[in-house]
Amino acid sequence: MKLNDLLNHGSEWLKGTGPNSDIVISSRVRLARNLDKVAFPHWANKKQCEQVLKIIEEKKAGSEYLKNATLFKLAELDAVDKQFLVERHLMSLEHAQKSDSRAVIIDDEEIISIMVNEEDHIRCQVMQSGFNLFEAYNIINKIDDALSKDLPFAFSREWGYLTACPTNTGTGMRGSVMLHLPVLVMTRQIDRILAAIAKLSFTTRGLYGEGTQASGNLFQISNQLSMGHSEEEIIDKINGLIRQIIEQESQARELMLSRNRAVLEDRIDRSFGILKSAHIISSQETIELLSMVRLGCDLGMIKDISRRSVNELFIITQPAHLQKIENKKLSSEERDAKRAETIRNKLKAANGR
Amino acid sequence: MLCDVCNKNPATVHLTEIIDNQMNELHLCEECARQKSSQMEQQFGLNDLLAGLMEFEKQTKEKDPLLEALKCPACGLTYTDFRKIGRLGCGDCYTTFKKYLGPLLKKIHGSCMHFGKSPINLEKKPLPKKKSTPNMDELREKLAKAVQDEAFEEAARLRDQIKELEKKEQQNGTDKDKQA
Repeated sequence: MKLNDLLNHGSEWLKGTGPNSDIVISSRVRLARNLDKVAFPHWANKKQCEQVLKIIEEKKAGSEYLKNATLFKLAELDAVDKQFLVERHLMSLEHAQKSDSRAVIIDDEEIISIMVNEEDHIRCQVMQSGFNLFEAYNIINKIDDALSKDLPFAFSREWGYLTACPTNTGTGMRGSVMLHLPVLVMTRQIDRILAAIAKLSFTTRGLYGEGTQASGNLFQISNQLSMGHSEEEIIDKINGLIRQIIEQESQARELMLSRNRAVLEDRIDRSFGILKSAHIISSQETIELLSMVRLGCDLGMIKDISRRSVNELFIITQPAHLQKIENKKLSSEERDAKRAETIRNKLKAANGR
Repeated sequence: MLCDVCNKNPATVHLTEIIDNQMNELHLCEECARQKSSQMEQQFGLNDLLAGLMEFEKQTKEKDPLLEALKCPACGLTYTDFRKIGRLGCGDCYTTFKKYLGPLLKKIHGSCMHFGKSPINLEKKPLPKKKSTPNMDELREKLAKAVQDEAFEEAARLRDQIKELEKKEQQNGTDKDKQA
């Protein structure tokens, strides 16, 4: 698979299918693993890092789970390519900022991705669309077992998997669920909910993970603690919390429909109208308006466009995606025009009420 | 709109910074935003972790003279390095700094016992055999005590015993179901 091939097929997590996919965009589980007796990437010298990369490259070749996966060395990618992978959630922003001895392994369905030499030697993630954390864990658990058969991981019986940062020690696991909560935001209930989430030791982040502000009413909620509970227990806890939030958003949507339908219709139709007719649009405005269109689809107010197409618009309107599609560097003014054009084309077939 | 920092390129990234309860809006070009964000990330991660460490040191009251000199024999990372960068150097650092990491892990996670999976290739240490079958409640109680006393090796052994016992009980349960 070549990097550009990714442009022609949609990511698993954008499918818009799976349980509760009206509110839950995607579920993701990641595991942090390190090789025993080798310094962690930030502390290792170049030779050690290269060696880790080589070991994992060899391991990949023999793995049944990774036979349809491709390894990309970051040193061989340009800035737009790297940004493109970050926008698709296949690697972290942190990973993209350095290139030496770093790589990312991506399977052709974009379900599995493995960052090599990020903060830890191995950062494996599995994505699923909809509310499907257990399925994601089942897949990643098998990949991890297969890897650990002949890769010696840094592990202690007492403290579990040993990671560069003590905040990941133990299971090395982070489960996260991306939620679309437009009506909880609209009705100003979200702050109360986010405060409760923080109290329960869960973290909330924006669309692009660590350090990003929530935009487009998209929230990524994940566990903060990785020790003291088994993987299944941690996932159980996240699931319990997410179920409650889904319930709250559903209730808020119903209430809004029965009491303030006109307000809702107004916001959705205006957003749809702007996106259908804009000729210059920033990515920030796009995300906010797309959120309303997505809600319109969920409520049946906007027809003849799939959830998947709307989900994909969130991603293909990002700067690196626009430049990959055009296959050239674009200034920010050029991007704003190209973005508007892409959206207009995609929404052409869709109909309001 | 031009970038607030370099005043040359158009601003495409808009940041809100809160410093000492003062909200500040920043409009940056891509280049300056990238620099700014890596600065912010470093600041945040480190301060966060250091705050935890400092508090822990206050609790221990006296400064440990051995602490500053402690150095991981496997990778050469010193405790001072760890405090500075907030990251361990290798798996062996966990053994080197064990005494200090235990309380830190407990502070971060509310527990410093791993209950999750193990690597497949991990040698299974034979569990100490007891004459009579261990009682679940008894084991749980012992485990709680061991954790409280921070006798973690002992606690890990007890936890494995509990797991083993649970597995057996489950199996017995399903066998009975089958018979019934």
